[in-house]
Amino acid sequence: MSRIQKTFSRLQAAGRQALIPFITAGDPAPSATVGLMHALVAGGADIIELGVPFTDPSADGPVIQRAAERALAHGTSLRRIIAMVAEFRERDADTPVVLMGYANPVEAMGYEAFGAAAAKAGIDGLLTVDLPPEEAAARAAILKRHGVAPIFLLAPTTPPERAQAVARLAEGYVYYVSLKGVTGAANLDVASVAAKLAELRAHIALPIGVGFGIRDAESARAVAAVADAVVIGSRVVQEVEQGEAGLADRLTAFLGGIRSAIDAPRP
Amino acid sequence: MSQYSFPDAAGHFGQFGGIFVAETLIPALDELRSEYERARRDPAFMAEYEYELKHYVGRPSPLYHARRWSETLGGAQIWLKREDLNHTGAHKVNNTIGQALLARRMGKKRVIAETGAGQHGVASATVAARYGLECVVYMGAEDVARQAPNVFRMKLLGATVVPVQSGSKTLKDAMNEAMRDWVTNVDSTYYIIGTCAGPHPYPMLVRDFQAVIGEECKQQCADQIGRQPDAVVACVGGGSNAIGIFYPYIDVPGVRLIGVEAGGLGVETGRHAAPLTSGAPIGVLHGERVNLMQDENGQIIDTHSISAGLDYPGVGPEHCHLNEIQRAEYVAATDDEALVAFHDLCRYEGIIPALESSHALAHARKIAPAMSPDQVIVVNLSGRGDKDIPTIARLDGIEL
Repeated sequence: MSRIQKTFSRLQAAGRQALIPFITAGDPAPSATVGLMHALVAGGADIIELGVPFTDPSADGPVIQRAAERALAHGTSLRRIIAMVAEFRERDADTPVVLMGYANPVEAMGYEAFGAAAAKAGIDGLLTVDLPPEEAAARAAILKRHGVAPIFLLAPTTPPERAQAVARLAEGYVYYVSLKGVTGAANLDVASVAAKLAELRAHIALPIGVGFGIRDAESARAVAAVADAVVIGSRVVQEVEQGEAGLADRLTAFLGGIRSAIDAPRP
Repeated sequence: MSQYSFPDAAGHFGQFGGIFVAETLIPALDELRSEYERARRDPAFMAEYEYELKHYVGRPSPLYHARRWSETLGGAQIWLKREDLNHTGAHKVNNTIGQALLARRMGKKRVIAETGAGQHGVASATVAARYGLECVVYMGAEDVARQAPNVFRMKLLGATVVPVQSGSKTLKDAMNEAMRDWVTNVDSTYYIIGTCAGPHPYPMLVRDFQAVIGEECKQQCADQIGRQPDAVVACVGGGSNAIGIFYPYIDVPGVRLIGVEAGGLGVETGRHAAPLTSGAPIGVLHGERVNLMQDENGQIIDTHSISAGLDYPGVGPEHCHLNEIQRAEYVAATDDEALVAFHDLCRYEGIIPALESSHALAHARKIAPAMSPDQVIVVNLSGRGDKDIPTIARLDGIEL
């Protein structure tokens, strides 16, 4: 059983939902990333999505765009990020780590080389936003052979029959993009998310995480009522953007607040 | 005897092209593809497109013998396909009319576009005014500064021009921002991509709407010269004017197809925008898999060209394919070579060419002297140079 599967079965047995924070690797500096990952776990992260910065993040809003620019200015590369995860694994053998980014850095490294290096470093999954199922079959097969879960997006515009195509390729969990827009947008509508998830669940058995537009304890709790996992990205990256002073503690505290809101008993 | 039939059903030109976009946009691309398939089989749609090309754009554009320049160069006869004489001053309008008619057919009330030199932005703003659509044009902040006349032109036409401050502040960043708008407003908005790039079906439909250039050219060569040319030369950024004139010639033997990329300060300096000439590795950007200027970590490299319209790190997938199967050749002309050709055309033919098109002229200037006077080169003069006058004046140290 993979680390991701173990995590979801443990949570499901306890009737809880996963909390998945996102940070961009190398932001604010490559030397900070491993420490921040541990701080996220201390704040209650069940899985970490680690952003791979790209020069042309066309699906991201300004907050994550700026994070990518800061990380790239420090020379953060996919190979260095893999090494960061290997270092994280020295002290954390259990928390799944999923790399999230765009196709080209992985294309440049090559899927075989990436799959082998990622597995060795203890990376559990890969989500490339610009790799839809249409182009993914051969690439996903390589990842699976190395034990790295290919993670796919579903969107408000996804018709049910496409969810079946995703289900055939996906492992780990699927990531439902809660709104039409870029990361960090502010127009989350929980009722429509709930309706769409009910429709998608008829076609896909994997746990469904929901992200985009979750900003605070209240929206996290509302999403947790309908999803298997809550993904929170831009709001976490905003904390990073506030500066390095006390950053690890601030991340732990911020995430702890979200964690409590998700876990609080429901009437 | 047409043997060439790309793209395949999934939008691939050999190993190039495809659909590399976020899930949210896939249904919109599916819808566009099926609507386009219906439209191009619909005689009423095609009749309206052709009517607009004739009466609004002023097609066919002339095929003009640049006799004096050819004599001066002392070799092949250079003929110019005068896309610069189209309404709006470039080939871009052929495509924006086609796509605006598609947008209207799909019930979209709002169109967005990215632009580099501003020619596609102007052509989009123009058709948006013509068909009563709201229009937002994304343009890199650096390009806004160097193409001021076109920015004002778009505003006159009622479009909103959004300067893009991210990344290198040029065409690729404008395209990123347009994609962010599209993913946010996908229900109401049609994205008019200006070049034969982006996710399937864009490279195919832009080519189809631009192929009128090559189709006319074939007929005009037969009528005016009595034969087809030895070489067809066109500049390539994304490559829409080039694919438009090349496509009808792909199955015609004996016609060399030469795409001219922006050599910038020289391909050997690394400061250029010539992915094919420099042998850039294959990568994924803006929805397509193409030869792409990138570093060893897959990050996109900043490009350089004097011409905003060619300042792009990738190139359309069909050009990558034609390069790989060696049906077309790709070369580069430097900023300096383009400027010499620019001034040549002004002084010998009384035509002020766009800096983009001047790259194609520069290559014709390079190869014509070694050819015989009974040979023929057709250069696609893709746009006129009015928009570049401030740039040229600045280079010459002249204050306007």
